[in-house]
Amino acid sequence: MRFVCTIALAAMLAAMRVAAGFVIPPLAATEIPPAERRSGYSFMTPDTKAIQDDDTANPGMLWVLDGEALWKRKSGTSDKACADCHDDAQASMKGVAARYPAFDRELGRPVNLEQRINLCRTRHQQATPLSYESRDLLALSAFVARQSRGVAITAGTDPQLEPFVAKGRAFFMRRQGQLNLGCTNCHNDNWNRHLAGSAVTQALPTGYPIYRLEWQSLGSLQRRLRNCMTGMRTQLYDYGAPELVELELYLMSRAHDMPIETPAVRP
Amino acid sequence: MLAGAIRNVVGTAVVQTGRVKIDVPPLVENGNTVPMTVSVANPMTADDYVKSIHVFNEKNPQPNVGNFYLGPRAGRAQISTRIRLADSQKIVAIARLSDGSFWSVSADVVVTLAACTEEVI
Amino acid sequence: MASALINVPKKAKRGEIIEIKTLMSHIMETGYRRTATGELVPRDIITSFACRYNGVEIFRADLFPAIAANPFLSFFTVATESGKFDFEWIGDKGFTETASATISVE
Repeated sequence: MRFVCTIALAAMLAAMRVAAGFVIPPLAATEIPPAERRSGYSFMTPDTKAIQDDDTANPGMLWVLDGEALWKRKSGTSDKACADCHDDAQASMKGVAARYPAFDRELGRPVNLEQRINLCRTRHQQATPLSYESRDLLALSAFVARQSRGVAITAGTDPQLEPFVAKGRAFFMRRQGQLNLGCTNCHNDNWNRHLAGSAVTQALPTGYPIYRLEWQSLGSLQRRLRNCMTGMRTQLYDYGAPELVELELYLMSRAHDMPIETPAVRP
Repeated sequence: MLAGAIRNVVGTAVVQTGRVKIDVPPLVENGNTVPMTVSVANPMTADDYVKSIHVFNEKNPQPNVGNFYLGPRAGRAQISTRIRLADSQKIVAIARLSDGSFWSVSADVVVTLAACTEEVI
Repeated sequence: MASALINVPKKAKRGEIIEIKTLMSHIMETGYRRTATGELVPRDIITSFACRYNGVEIFRADLFPAIAANPFLSFFTVATESGKFDFEWIGDKGFTETASATISVE
């Protein structure tokens, strides 16, 4: 499976070189103008859009329902449930996912929604943190993020986050890996062309955690980023690594003002 | 394999083309989850109804996709589900009517691999 | 754990044709995948689904590995009387799940 991506990318780069008649020009590094930004939703076929549009047919909602049950379940030695502090999530969690990753004062750096949920567990519930990509953690983050559906993204606007957004942007622009490819080469310079049969989107994470058809399961933004890195033939970062959180932060800030769509469906 | 699976359902009866419709995207977003609707033009009355719809594929490891059993109480002979297609191939849907006749239709679907996947489990 | 999402109209007129949509959480492991070390991952799928309307079966399906994970099924029935829909999923490894929904028919 990986070799298909490698060959496709190599062929695309070779074709560009041949067509241009000269060496690939230096990094364009031009971000997409705000008016031209489009959610990944708009790149999908009508059939796939229909899966996302219907809450009773969207498989991501199965995790949201699980999360709703977990929200009320007592955890840890504190014997407290999320609901005991946060009450009705529909009110208390509205807008939260739209401003994550957010700055955590104690740690002095940004944390994403999954990390925030685990910090709540360890700091306030005296419970063990949930594993990344575990069913429970995905269910809770899907449930919390769902409460922000329709809310405009504001992640990254906190001045304390400026250096971290910059680091995320630097990663996005940097050529790396065996193909010497930067995220920007596809997602800023070549969106709406195709890589093999898939549309190249603008890398605007408006609907996470998503139900990805390729996974046949719900998954986090970090899982998707690790997929990208596999395709780019570059070193994968571990779940929760600060570099991945900085990249998440930058990507969310790219999507500034766009509405949250969680749980989105994507190919 | 496909012919054998069809024969298991229809036996030696003649299968006519028509009356059945498959709604499936000609180029799928992802072969792991392909939305598909099969419908049969039929009044669905007590005397004239669709007994069952059988869906087959051409190139998956197994020829069967699903069998759907309806009846006069269905009101409309239409089912929707999501299927897996391993490769670009033909899908065949066969309807068995209350009068014992079989009707079929086929659809060609193009399936590509996802560009950026992950390490195998 | 919520395993199923059901969509049945709460109300209908007598004789109206209604659409029922069901979504069940299940991996639908085909039995054809292999791990990185080459071992076959055994099949684990839902093999059948049935819907009863006030006790009478109105729809049934046989499912095969070609049905995608988290199987979605939509079908139609005529609303004849008020009452209950019972849904049942049966699969490999003794899998069995049920769900129900009520409808008021005037």
